[in-house]
Amino acid sequence: MENFAYHTPASVADAAKFLEAHEDAKLMSGGMTLLPTLKQRLAAPTDLIDLAKVPDIKGVCRDGDELVIGAMTTHADVHENALVRELIPGLASLAGQIGDPAVRHRGTIGGSCANADPAADYPAGTVGLGATFVTNKRKIAADDFFVGLFETALEPSEIIVGVRFPIPVWSHYQKLRHPASGYAVVGVFVAQTKAGVRVAVTGAGPSAFRISAMEEALAKDFSAKAIENIKVDAGDLNNDIHASADYRAHVVTVLAKRAVAAKG
Amino acid sequence: MGQYGIGQPVRRKEDVRLLTGKGSYTDDVNFDGQVWAAFVRSPQAHAKILSIDTAAAKAAPGVVGVFTGTDLKADGVGTLITDVEFKDLAGNEMFRPKRDFMTIDRVRFVGEMVAVVLAETQAQAKAAAELVMVDYDALPAVGSTAFAASPDSPAIWEQHGSNVGVHWENRPEAEIEAHMAKAKTRVVVDIVNNRVVPNPMEPRCAVANWADGELTIYAPTQGGRRIQQGLAKTVMNLPADKVRVISADVGGGFGIRGKLYPELGVVSWATRKIGRPVKWRGDRSETFVSDYHGRDQINHAELGLDANGRVVALKVWTIVNCGAYFAENGPRLPINGGGRIIPGVYDIENFYFSVKPVLSNTVPTDTYRGAGRPEANFLMERLMDAAADATGLARDEIRRRNVIRQDQMPYRTQMGMLIDSGDFIGNMDMAMKAADWAGFEARRAESAKRGKLRGIGLSNFVEPSGGRPTEEMRIQVTPEGKAVVYAGTHSHGQGHETVWAQLIQTFLGIPFENVSLIQGDTKIMPKEAAGTFGSRSSWMGGVGLQRSAKRIVEKGTKIAANLMQAEPEKVSFDAGVFSAGTSSVTMAEVAKASYELKNLPDGVEPGLDESYFLKRDPEEFNYPNGTHVIEVEVDPDLGKIEMLNYIAVDDCGKVLNPFIVHGQVYGGVAQGIGQAMTEMTVYDDEGQLVTGSFMDYGMPRAHHLSMIDALFNEVACKTNDLGVKGAGEAGACGAPGAFVSAVCDALKDYGIRHIDMPLTPDRVWNTIQKAKAATAA
Ligand SMILES: Cc1cc2nc3c(=O)[nH]c(=O)nc-3n(C[C@H](O)[C@H](O)[C@H](O)COP(=O)(O)OP(=O)(O)OC[C@H]3O[C@@H](n4cnc5c(N)ncnc54)[C@H](O)[C@@H]3O)c2cc1C
Repeated sequence: MENFAYHTPASVADAAKFLEAHEDAKLMSGGMTLLPTLKQRLAAPTDLIDLAKVPDIKGVCRDGDELVIGAMTTHADVHENALVRELIPGLASLAGQIGDPAVRHRGTIGGSCANADPAADYPAGTVGLGATFVTNKRKIAADDFFVGLFETALEPSEIIVGVRFPIPVWSHYQKLRHPASGYAVVGVFVAQTKAGVRVAVTGAGPSAFRISAMEEALAKDFSAKAIENIKVDAGDLNNDIHASADYRAHVVTVLAKRAVAAKG
Repeated sequence: MGQYGIGQPVRRKEDVRLLTGKGSYTDDVNFDGQVWAAFVRSPQAHAKILSIDTAAAKAAPGVVGVFTGTDLKADGVGTLITDVEFKDLAGNEMFRPKRDFMTIDRVRFVGEMVAVVLAETQAQAKAAAELVMVDYDALPAVGSTAFAASPDSPAIWEQHGSNVGVHWENRPEAEIEAHMAKAKTRVVVDIVNNRVVPNPMEPRCAVANWADGELTIYAPTQGGRRIQQGLAKTVMNLPADKVRVISADVGGGFGIRGKLYPELGVVSWATRKIGRPVKWRGDRSETFVSDYHGRDQINHAELGLDANGRVVALKVWTIVNCGAYFAENGPRLPINGGGRIIPGVYDIENFYFSVKPVLSNTVPTDTYRGAGRPEANFLMERLMDAAADATGLARDEIRRRNVIRQDQMPYRTQMGMLIDSGDFIGNMDMAMKAADWAGFEARRAESAKRGKLRGIGLSNFVEPSGGRPTEEMRIQVTPEGKAVVYAGTHSHGQGHETVWAQLIQTFLGIPFENVSLIQGDTKIMPKEAAGTFGSRSSWMGGVGLQRSAKRIVEKGTKIAANLMQAEPEKVSFDAGVFSAGTSSVTMAEVAKASYELKNLPDGVEPGLDESYFLKRDPEEFNYPNGTHVIEVEVDPDLGKIEMLNYIAVDDCGKVLNPFIVHGQVYGGVAQGIGQAMTEMTVYDDEGQLVTGSFMDYGMPRAHHLSMIDALFNEVACKTNDLGVKGAGEAGACGAPGAFVSAVCDALKDYGIRHIDMPLTPDRVWNTIQKAKAATAA
């Protein structure tokens, strides 16, 4: 990797200032995605701005009907956190299925969502729960956040500070792991929220998406049977050596059914 | 023999050192004033090199030199060529292309080296490597094995005019067809034995230093002597003793670390050229595109059976994809490497065997854990399953009717191998009992209630072991009575530090903790050192040590007799003590005396230091064998397989340390399951490696496997004094056949009888869909 200057700003504001001043600077959270790209010489930022020393953007707290998770909270912390386990067990379970223990102890919710890998797990959880991203500039609904392949609504110097999750009535995550990487070939998050049923999918397409047909069917009849004939169009899905688009389309329905059935 | 003798489950002594970061790997070695090497590798699978412009790279910061194949050639660096020669039945020789250490006018696979950049730091070297401008003129590429063998594929070596190196046959096919014609039942299988990327944990690395007219090179190898000879002769043009190869700790060998890779030649040449030490640390991406790959065969086979389910004839056609060049052993593997163990554990008299080693625009293939034997056994086991289907006999019954029985041993196979011992029926009985094969249907029914399809499968195997026919081992007993083993073998995970100490304690009574191991340095290893590969060390190293120990005792006896004032004939030796009548002296006392002239009898040289150069008949092997049983559950909606149970029954002869042999079995099984379940190497039609990282290439993980119950059905080998058979490669031979058999058993109601490896969820699900569609039609 190329040399870079390393900074540990003490506040989000300082970090933002830095980003604005240095065109080729990069934010770093857990470094789990960023550092390998530097090592492979796919990126060569002049400055790395590590958020590790910024207080108040790490950890979980409850704010009324919402659970607020700081951007720097690791997957392991989300997985083990008592509040998350009690109030949104589906999300705790999702965090525990990311990567391996080493990755879960470094990788963060902010880094994962900012990266918007099409096969990452959190996009399904944030979209599925109707979460809101809080940045240093504004709030962005999860539905509007994931724009495309590795593409989000974030502006160049915008920093995710935390994610606000409305506490659902019930939720569950189902994942089929990629045989090599362990990411989601398909991941389906189903939630019964106060605003209705949400079904969100990751891994299958270029970016996380909802299946409104399933949501409507489940609103009427929350059973696996109600969605067994609802299939997403394979034409819109990813097709690669590990999973054909047809297979992915099929798996979406299977996992959605299993998620619903998990309610018992 | 107490707690540390032969056969005891002694914990590995080396582990504390290795697991606490105190190992000494090549990357731990640095020289003052060293420069770093980075290689420019071809992004093209097949192209002419029109020009290489190094000017920008030479001008980059920190760059010390940029060199191409032309520079090596100008200095008289030679070429690499395969060790293997075969002829077809008409006597035509195999085509043997020469490989330049760095290619000059043509690239033939993605990852092939075209230039080396030397710079003060690794980052500078890598940055400058990106500035080397190579002008390629792309040529049509040959990416797939089947295409390489087809007459329509463009010849990647024009002077040969075909990608088939030779069409080797053991005999005219018509001779066997005459027998086949009499069969009541004929079954055919077509198999793709998937290419795998071996991926030792330690990527390749080298540190070369030219000083005082000698080359010293540190690199992970499996022995070093042959690499020393190759570098001396082909690269350095020096006598071998002016080249020193050091491989202290090595993070995994698997066969592919034993080779003279071109990168070693380039850094060796470069250190002399620039007069500074040169270091190269390969990364994982380079592992994928430059370490030799394994397997990659296409097999077509036909088995003929009589009315009793006895095989009357077998015909096998193998295509092996050897990549862009025939590597040291590449074409040998399916023929007189592992392949000639076909028909495996079965008594088959009439056998026709055809092999075509083919060239393609891919990384060369060579030895990888099992080296031809897993492919051979897998093929036989798929044939046996197909024969069970065709005859209506149970899968174990068809095998029982055809295995070589103990009363037929020693048994000479059609390919001339002499199987000395093995209890093939006993292996099956033991494995099936441990797996509760008889109770399987009840478990299948229980799974079905949960919507899961359960299957069970078994596989037999036998795998000639021993590798090269010579080895030298040396034991030095110090004046303090401690033993130092100077090994020709090389431990890179096998636990020799522990096992050799057990042997020394057993043979010489020198306490386990007082035995140390020196290996992997051509300057101090025995002259005839061969190394560790082909599951050979227990035999060649173990017996070598036994014979050296015998010489120590013989000499010690003379010294002890002198010390005790007794006749040498009256002196006996047991458990570290020499006795004559009521007097006795210990090995330690004798060792001390051996270095004191006054205590030496006439004509006895000082010291207690003996070697043995062990030679065996090159056509003689030992024959580890076994039966593995796997139980799986398939989730038919996802095509996902879960392994529930694994029983490994292995006969690796006399077990020197069950703890270590279990480790070998687990590791081999994991690699076998990896091949069967997750490891998929994909080259596209342009010859690009699509699976070039762990994001796309599925290494097996702990969660892919069930617990493994490793059992022994020990039958002592009759052809060596220790009774040992190899143990390192058995798992990789047993696992694939049992796994595919189990999955096909689970899917039998769909009529699915075979799925090519790896059995990924997508592939299993698609096979189910096709089967359903076929039934519906
Ligand atoms: C071996 C391995 C296996 C993995 N398996 C999985 C898996 O199964 N499922 C899964 O979902 N993920 C998986 N991951 C990804 C991992 O979980 C991390 O979430 C991911 O690497 C990014 O998080 P990070 O905190 O490390 O971010 P970093 O690597 O530090 O940053 C990633 C990107 O986000 C930007 N960024 C970081 N923080 C912020 C912020 N607060 N605001 C705005 N931009 C920001 C950075 O500039 C960078 O571009 C795996 C990773 C590895 C290495």
